[in-house]
Amino acid sequence: MACLGAFLIGNPTKVNKVKPAPVAAPPVCYHCGADCQPLHLRREDLNFCCEGCYTVFGIIRETGLKGYYELNDNPGATGKPVEAGKYAFLEDESVVEQMLEFRNGNLCKVTFTAPDIHCSSCIWLLERLHKFREGVIKSEVNFGKKEIYLTYNKEKISLRQVAELLAAIGYQPELSLARLEGNQQSRPDRSLWYKIGVAGFAFGNIMLLSFPEYFGLEDLQFTRIFGFLNIILSLPILLYSGIDYFRSAWAGLSKRHINIDVPISLGISVLFLRSLAEIILETGPGYLDSMAGLVFFLLLGKWFQRKTYDFLSFERDYKSYFPISVTRLVRQQEEQIPLSKLKPGDRLLIRSGELIPADGLLLKGQGSIDYSFVSGESDLMAREPGELLYAGGRQERGAIEVEIVKEVSQSYLTRLWNNEVFRKEEQDELGKLTGKVSKYFTLIVILIALISGGIWLVYDAGMALQVFTAVLIVACPCALALATPFTLGTVIRVFSRNGFFLKSPSVVEAIAGADAWVFDKTGTLTQTGSSEVNYEGDPLQADEITALCSLLRQSRHPLSRRLYAELPESGMQLVSDFEEFGGKGIKGEAGGVKLQVGSADFVGATSRLPNAGSVQREGSEVWVRTGDRIRGHFRVEHPYREGISEMVGGLEGQDLWILSGDNEREEALLKTVFPPGTAMHFRQSPEDKLRFIRDLRAEGRSVVMVGDGLNDSGALKQSDVGISIAEDVSAFTPASDAILSGQAVRRLGDFLSFSRTGIRVIKASFALSFLYNLIGLSFAVTGNLSPLVAAILMPLSSVTIIAFTTLLTQYLAHKKGL
Amino acid sequence: MSVMYILIGCSVVIALGFLGAFLWSVKNGQMDDTYTPSVRMLFDDALPEARPEKEVAEAEES
Repeated sequence: MACLGAFLIGNPTKVNKVKPAPVAAPPVCYHCGADCQPLHLRREDLNFCCEGCYTVFGIIRETGLKGYYELNDNPGATGKPVEAGKYAFLEDESVVEQMLEFRNGNLCKVTFTAPDIHCSSCIWLLERLHKFREGVIKSEVNFGKKEIYLTYNKEKISLRQVAELLAAIGYQPELSLARLEGNQQSRPDRSLWYKIGVAGFAFGNIMLLSFPEYFGLEDLQFTRIFGFLNIILSLPILLYSGIDYFRSAWAGLSKRHINIDVPISLGISVLFLRSLAEIILETGPGYLDSMAGLVFFLLLGKWFQRKTYDFLSFERDYKSYFPISVTRLVRQQEEQIPLSKLKPGDRLLIRSGELIPADGLLLKGQGSIDYSFVSGESDLMAREPGELLYAGGRQERGAIEVEIVKEVSQSYLTRLWNNEVFRKEEQDELGKLTGKVSKYFTLIVILIALISGGIWLVYDAGMALQVFTAVLIVACPCALALATPFTLGTVIRVFSRNGFFLKSPSVVEAIAGADAWVFDKTGTLTQTGSSEVNYEGDPLQADEITALCSLLRQSRHPLSRRLYAELPESGMQLVSDFEEFGGKGIKGEAGGVKLQVGSADFVGATSRLPNAGSVQREGSEVWVRTGDRIRGHFRVEHPYREGISEMVGGLEGQDLWILSGDNEREEALLKTVFPPGTAMHFRQSPEDKLRFIRDLRAEGRSVVMVGDGLNDSGALKQSDVGISIAEDVSAFTPASDAILSGQAVRRLGDFLSFSRTGIRVIKASFALSFLYNLIGLSFAVTGNLSPLVAAILMPLSSVTIIAFTTLLTQYLAHKKGL
Repeated sequence: MSVMYILIGCSVVIALGFLGAFLWSVKNGQMDDTYTPSVRMLFDDALPEARPEKEVAEAEES
């Protein structure tokens, strides 16, 4: 779990910094670090949590790669079962053709994405893949992108076998529609590097050629030559390195919107034109060194911002949620085909839990579709045979047969994804604060330029133009452009170190401005992971337990998963007539046993409740009914997360709400933890939560919703900031703006106050930049802005702003213990 | 002082050479992943990695 930190920030050495909650040390799996309960395997003096982990350990050890375990503690990923046929479609030649990036004879190169890469051991192991199987020639890992570049000999190993090998050692490669379609998309954007290279080259050389000017040496012969050389050197900056600023300013202006690139472009062009004039007319050396420096520093700022964004890539393209292969039925025979081969008229078998890839007509089976990816509502939509099913939903109960009527259409899917529910207000890349200030900045600067130029016009017309341009040159918005990315980028890194992962820097601003906090209960305030499970009632037979396990496996509800993990592994049976009733229970038949599992009401056990209505005991009850007999129930205690009271204490002064889908059972307990007067609403459906948040926002409040993402994706998206608590990375939801690791929940108050600190640092750096501008303007307005002064002032302001923001933020974080 | 012309000329050429080298390294993909190499170089490698070139040649021939 601590590895989630490395997952997203890409810094393995910091993995162990997320301090685990202090518990009496239960045995921990040597391979993956998970709790060894309930199935404690002890082999060769080491602890393992399951057969899967032990198997992977064995494979790794046999290949002589024990170094994997020496580099990091518990580097493995908690075993994910792989279905046997998962990579079967890779046998298809056309699929292989599309996936390969290069082929020469038998030499093949391919890129796989393996999200389980999270630490240096992973890199170490995966780059020694050739030791596992002959046929794999070379493998290289790109940690930031979680990709593996493989070179293999197709005669000795097939693409399918490569994928299965990766899965066998715990790094299941993820293959998605996006990858299958465009290998071109993996070409990284290198233009920023080129631009920085050119800008740096020009900056350094122009400065060198400007040295005589700095020392006040006059030699007409060389002044002319150097001047022209400078012009030549500055052309690539104007026309290439700085071109994005012009484009963006133009784009903004054409929409009658002044963004921060407007004053920047203005500054660059005035610098260039005035310098050009001075050099040609031989009235001065020009300011080309300042111009080059300006562009260079701005590009550095952009690069830093990009680096921060790259690490935060957990907003996956919608395409990666779509299946890559589907089961087509041809005359009752099932065959796996890649998605791209799907045509209207094809008949598909869509099993429980699988996604519907394209619009289709429901032919057979009961449709029970979860459209939460598409609409945010996780209530199941019932569909009868004959009805049209839209792409993007997930079938939940049992298998259905669908006839495809429309091509897999990217445009439709894109439109769905861009649905209002999923789009938040467009944010200026540099944040709201910068946007506000830059608007006024330009206007004020132009005003000052005009006024001072005008005043000089009266006294000395020659100076007027000089002063006018000088003001435009020296009024540097670079501090504005640099302060925000550097400060927020540092804040994000600080947060990541502490288990709080934000999607983008603008989330920091959103959190700082929050004044309403809404909490989900189950899975958020409670920790379904390590709850105690006890059974009361008629003991179940072995075959009944097997049937129960098989049934539980079909459901993704946290209680089902918890029970499934708790019960002893005992083989799987085929489940028929599976149905899940959201929030109430599941039923089905397995191994000849008809089972109903769920709440007391669901199973019909209300009359059996001993003290119905009186003392509320903590925990959820999962009742089991086999056939006609009610057997008993499991009691799953919900321990509240450690540190909840600490978290609440940290949020003092904020308005808090609790919305829970559960009943009022735990209201009394919650009241002791949360401040008096905290409104608590129970039995909330996902729509209720969504509506509640919407209403709060309509009142003008800035809402932060903290949930676990399972059935609050709609609400998370509605709020200004949606935070999902992650115990298990695979349960991640696309609707959240931030992920909070379970252990970091207690520090939520600290994160809030540090976000505010970050905003204050930005404001302070704005103040600093205004100071510089004032000094610079005083030179400019009095006509004293020599190139030397400009050359000193402008880089100085940029560098000090960068240093100031970064160092101050780090220092304040350190003081806060972050 | 006319040697300055030669000096300036030479230094510009050399500087352009360095710029060219940088641009080539970017094009070659050396700047795509600046993080993993920093981790990779700290690994201890017990065995020499002589196989890859041989295997590549072998694979390409067939």
